[in-house]
Amino acid sequence: MILAGAALLAPALPATAGRPERVVSVNLCTDQLAMLLAGEGQLISVSFLAADPRSSAMAEAARAYPLNRGRAEEIYLMRPDLVIASRFTGGATLDMLRRLGIPVAVFDPAVTLADVGDRLRQMGAVLGRTERAAQAVAEYEARLGALQAEVAQRPRAALYFANGYTLGDRTLAGQILLAAGFDNLATEAGYSHGGTLPLEVLALAAPDALITGRPYPGGSRAEEILEHPVVRALRAGRLRGSVADSDWICGTPFVLGAVERLIRAREAGPEARP
Amino acid sequence: MIRLMLILAGLVAALFLASLTLGPADIGPGESLRALLSGDGGPLTLVMREIRLPRALLAAMIGASLGLSGAALQGYLRNPLAEPGLIGVSGTAALGAVLAIQTGLSATFALGLPLMALAGALGGVLLILLLAGPRGSSLTLILAGIAISALAGALTSLVLNLSPNPFAATEMMFWMMGSLADRSMAHVALALPLMALGWVLLVTLGRGLDALTLGEDAAQAMGIRLSRLRLALILGTACVVGAGTAVAGAIGFVGLVVPHLLRPLVGARPSRLLWASGLGGAAMVLAADIAVRLVMPERDLKLGVLTALVGAPLFLHLIYKTRRDMP
Amino acid sequence: MSLLSVQNLSVTLRGRPVFRDVSFAIEPGEVVGLIGPNGAGKTTLMRAALGLIPAEGRSSLAALEPRVRAKAAAWMPQSREIAWPVSVETLVMLGRTPHLAAGQSPSDADRAVVETVLARMGLTGLRARAATRLSGGEQARALIARALAQDTPLVLADEPIASLDPAHQISTMRTFAALAEEGRAALVSMHDLGLAARHCTRLILLGEGRLVADGPPGAVLTAERLARVFGITAWFSQTDDGPVFQPLEVLR
Repeated sequence: MILAGAALLAPALPATAGRPERVVSVNLCTDQLAMLLAGEGQLISVSFLAADPRSSAMAEAARAYPLNRGRAEEIYLMRPDLVIASRFTGGATLDMLRRLGIPVAVFDPAVTLADVGDRLRQMGAVLGRTERAAQAVAEYEARLGALQAEVAQRPRAALYFANGYTLGDRTLAGQILLAAGFDNLATEAGYSHGGTLPLEVLALAAPDALITGRPYPGGSRAEEILEHPVVRALRAGRLRGSVADSDWICGTPFVLGAVERLIRAREAGPEARP
Repeated sequence: MIRLMLILAGLVAALFLASLTLGPADIGPGESLRALLSGDGGPLTLVMREIRLPRALLAAMIGASLGLSGAALQGYLRNPLAEPGLIGVSGTAALGAVLAIQTGLSATFALGLPLMALAGALGGVLLILLLAGPRGSSLTLILAGIAISALAGALTSLVLNLSPNPFAATEMMFWMMGSLADRSMAHVALALPLMALGWVLLVTLGRGLDALTLGEDAAQAMGIRLSRLRLALILGTACVVGAGTAVAGAIGFVGLVVPHLLRPLVGARPSRLLWASGLGGAAMVLAADIAVRLVMPERDLKLGVLTALVGAPLFLHLIYKTRRDMP
Repeated sequence: MSLLSVQNLSVTLRGRPVFRDVSFAIEPGEVVGLIGPNGAGKTTLMRAALGLIPAEGRSSLAALEPRVRAKAAAWMPQSREIAWPVSVETLVMLGRTPHLAAGQSPSDADRAVVETVLARMGLTGLRARAATRLSGGEQARALIARALAQDTPLVLADEPIASLDPAHQISTMRTFAALAEEGRAALVSMHDLGLAARHCTRLILLGEGRLVADGPPGAVLTAERLARVFGITAWFSQTDDGPVFQPLEVLR
């Protein structure tokens, strides 16, 4: 995957040692990876989501960059020599940029904790910052190794989000949960990827811990379920925790923060908030 | 007449029980009803009392409201095409509800949600009566309904798009099509007071609506106070549609289908149709809500999808039948 | 005591005066025909007298509370509006509305009144039929029956016989006459001057924005008034078979 992106951009790169000098990132996750690894002045724009503290772990840092909304026209006018996007970025926009002669590197989303290291290395490769990347990977793996201790009693936890959506083991959030020493109720109930877990199924499964997302401002019917009496009853007297989207939407080293928070919640026992 | 009422009441009771005993969690009917009544505090009781009971109650309450208001509007306008969803009243109620949620009013003051939806519905009814006139001709009624629905839908969409909440923007479908998924007793408590007030206002209209069969002049000469009747109709409709839409979104066609099916069975008398449509509406929404859980349990199929599948063809048939009256 | 007394009644509709200073009274035992050319304001006069539209002047009925008025006078509007396919019997029973307290169902007495009225209007055989499926004339009779079921001292009817066949026209006028014999009265607007002359005890002629004449048919239907108000000539004579009136020619 890395190489697909790298191979694409190879002919368009300037002669200076294959290192792009004007890089635009258009995806929340690549934004954060790029900000972590880019050299001084190398990254010229990140997406507007990167500056939103609700979704981004690096909102503060992102404010230093001009923000883009991922539209081909505005990106072209920035005259980038590399655009970094995710597999989820609109195909039409990327095709347009390629037709305009701008190289595009496409990243796959991370679904395991090991993927985070891969993405860091991939980002290092496309930015020509492999040493910095290797250093970041080493730090990340050391911290991750320290966190992964054997847990005798793994509590059964359910991840429960707006609209009653749950995530199973085969997602980054599910992996974070496993790493923090929990078993995932969604996988037990047959949702290994994720899906809508009916409230009554959740209630009858009686998880030891209920981990919810944090509500956004403005209110929505989708999030009302997190205040449903049943959800409240499930939270009371049990392990509980909430994790902000910014901690685990993206496969960046910040996922370790989510792992740590969940470990603290598990160790604190019922009633204590992380 | 009494036999019809008993049959309808029996149907509602049976569907209510079915609604209580059906759900994604696999629990036997006897076991679930025992858990509902005994209340041992276990997870099963939680499921029965906090998930299934409010859902069944809301389905019956909202269905009764829609049937009743449909029958009342039809009686008043003397037009079988009048229905809160089609004439845009549900749409304006949804707009009020969305405004209450997005301005934060409902968070600071719980009754703010149904009251704003009531205000929206009130605006919708007043507008439709203004546009359609005392005797709503089919054409003006349908055109005014389209215009009001479109405007209310666009404004609702705009408010949701402007929301800082990423989920809000995706909820247009809920407000347009309605759903009873994941409602709680708190929603029952929010909707019930206004709905009950609306029911009282609407069921007292029977005699006046009967008299209106002969036109406004004849009704007035028979001692009916039309201005009082109109006021009760407007307030009653706004109360029941507003409260229902605030907690479950706009569910269309119930107020069209139910009175149409029951009219021949009550000798076409508007007063009897009110009661029958209340029961029939409760049965229809309970049945639709059971169906969405049986047909696609995973997908949160919207209630309005099912009611429209039944209602829209009937609506087309009625337009075909009444087109002769149209200019 | 008058069943209806109207004094100096004037109505202006959309800025146009319809009629001014109309005064008359209706006593028990009268069948009063309200005649006049199209647009003279016959319907408007009856609606104003009932208090259904705003008017200047005084009307004894308009001054009453709606429910009290509904027991004093019944009104059969000109528009034959029947919105729903109710049975004829149900339709006629609507006339009992003012006599029922809130929430009360019709009593045996109410049913007896309806029964009498159905028989009187020759509707007994049609009682179970949907009123909307009747012919125009049958509907008119059902609506008259509805007004009669209100069982009031006074009946106001706007062109009740317009769509009836000759036999039913005559029998309907006889019905009004029978009411008068019972000590009640009727105010009936009509265009058929022949039937008016034969069956009404009194005629009120409305035209030229005012009440032109009020009195027995023979006194009202003079050649001069027929020419001036209606623009027609007519033959009118008292025969062995009663008064006979036949319009002949148009003058203008």
